[in-house]
Amino acid sequence: MAFTTRTRVLDAEDMSRVIRRMAHEILERSKGSDNLALVGIRTRGVFLAERLARMIEEIEGAPVSVGALDVSLYRDDVATRGASKVGVTEIDFNTNDKKVVIVDDVLYTGRTIRAAMDAIMDFGRPEVIQLAVLVDRGHREVPIRADYVGKNLPTSGNEKVKVSLDEVDGVDMVEIGEER
Amino acid sequence: MSANGNGARHLLSIADIDSDRIISLLDSARSFAEVSTRPIKKVPALRGRTIANLFLEPSTRTRISFELAAKRLSADVISFSGSTSSISKGESLKDTAKTLVAMGVDAVVIRHSSAGAPRMLTGWVDCSVVNAGDGMHEHPTQALLDLFTMRERLGHLEGLRVAIVGDIDHSRVARSNIHALNKVGAEVLLVAPRSLLPERIEEMGVELTGSLDEALDWCDVLYLLRIQLERVEESRFPSLREYTLQYGLTKPRWSNLKRKPLVMHPGPMNRGVEIESSVADEVESVITGQVTAGVAVRMAVLYELLGGRKQLLDL
Repeated sequence: MAFTTRTRVLDAEDMSRVIRRMAHEILERSKGSDNLALVGIRTRGVFLAERLARMIEEIEGAPVSVGALDVSLYRDDVATRGASKVGVTEIDFNTNDKKVVIVDDVLYTGRTIRAAMDAIMDFGRPEVIQLAVLVDRGHREVPIRADYVGKNLPTSGNEKVKVSLDEVDGVDMVEIGEER
Repeated sequence: MSANGNGARHLLSIADIDSDRIISLLDSARSFAEVSTRPIKKVPALRGRTIANLFLEPSTRTRISFELAAKRLSADVISFSGSTSSISKGESLKDTAKTLVAMGVDAVVIRHSSAGAPRMLTGWVDCSVVNAGDGMHEHPTQALLDLFTMRERLGHLEGLRVAIVGDIDHSRVARSNIHALNKVGAEVLLVAPRSLLPERIEEMGVELTGSLDEALDWCDVLYLLRIQLERVEESRFPSLREYTLQYGLTKPRWSNLKRKPLVMHPGPMNRGVEIESSVADEVESVITGQVTAGVAVRMAVLYELLGGRKQLLDL
């Protein structure tokens, strides 16, 4: 299946502004970076989490823990997707009593986030779990909502949102289009 | 990994699978290794699946390792051995297998004293079959965990020089390792008296030597096999003492080495036979590391065979 772009929704500059705003919002809501930890969902969520962490460190002057999560083993659709390649989960800090922010690129059905929450609970008992996404495209299938949203992007079911990040794709942008 | 008519997948031998499959299993084993370091060492990936461990030959570490792997993936496990089951009443393997399948088992992990038993099993049952060691044929998950250990410790497999020492003839571990190492581009040197080498072993693409010292100068990995006291008739070599002198990793031999290879052993070690006890103590961390790797590799295998086959209940 090939992706055909219809609209570019965010370019590199937009994206950097959005991430900066999200970093500020996270700090505002968490009242500083104490006890804050970001956990990115593989693959692109991890890079977004790292960017947010750098931004927060720049603003607050204190480092923030960043983890990477692969939710394959917690998914509810293993049967239809098949056993995909499982990435390494790296959460090498204690999550107990932390304010954990899950970071992902696109929020869609919410099932990935459901799986991510189950995974995070297996690492300890955070004080609070929040969710930050670059794009919220709607169409939830479970009762989940994001605490920090980069861009709300109402879409139809047959549209596709494509997030490209410099770290993996060589360019920063968000596009909307069709897959056929 | 082969499939039969109904789509059930199996892991029967290393000879069957290609290097891509081996590398992909080793890659995912790395992710599963992380699960075993968590405070809660369990993921829900195989929830609702049932795995039967059918061990018809004595085994401690392989049986426990498979059991732990299945449990860490949230599968239900039933384990039984030859002496405590109807097998001791004379029930045939075929009938036992049919019974298991009738109970809704998704996979059978089998250890059997006859080469080829796991493959025969695939003809009788419609679930996945994993070979946990069959006679003198193969022990595929052992080879996978050995390769995993080599790769994690030394960083690569291609071009790696591996010397395998000991009773090659009786060893399914050696056979699986030779296949696996050949496939990933490592070089294999077998070190053993001619009486412990199978006929025409050279055709497997290995080099032979009778000198352990020569092997030690050459190898990156020294893989010591257990002298299987229960399988070897005394006539294969003059005495255990003689064997130790020529093929054992003795203290003087080990101390004299300038460049020390990674020493591995499938366990259980015969201290004082293939390895001197004090040397065993020195290299023990690698060997216990192999045991830890075993769980991760078996998780990867079970997940690959069972993940995504049967429809799960909607959450």
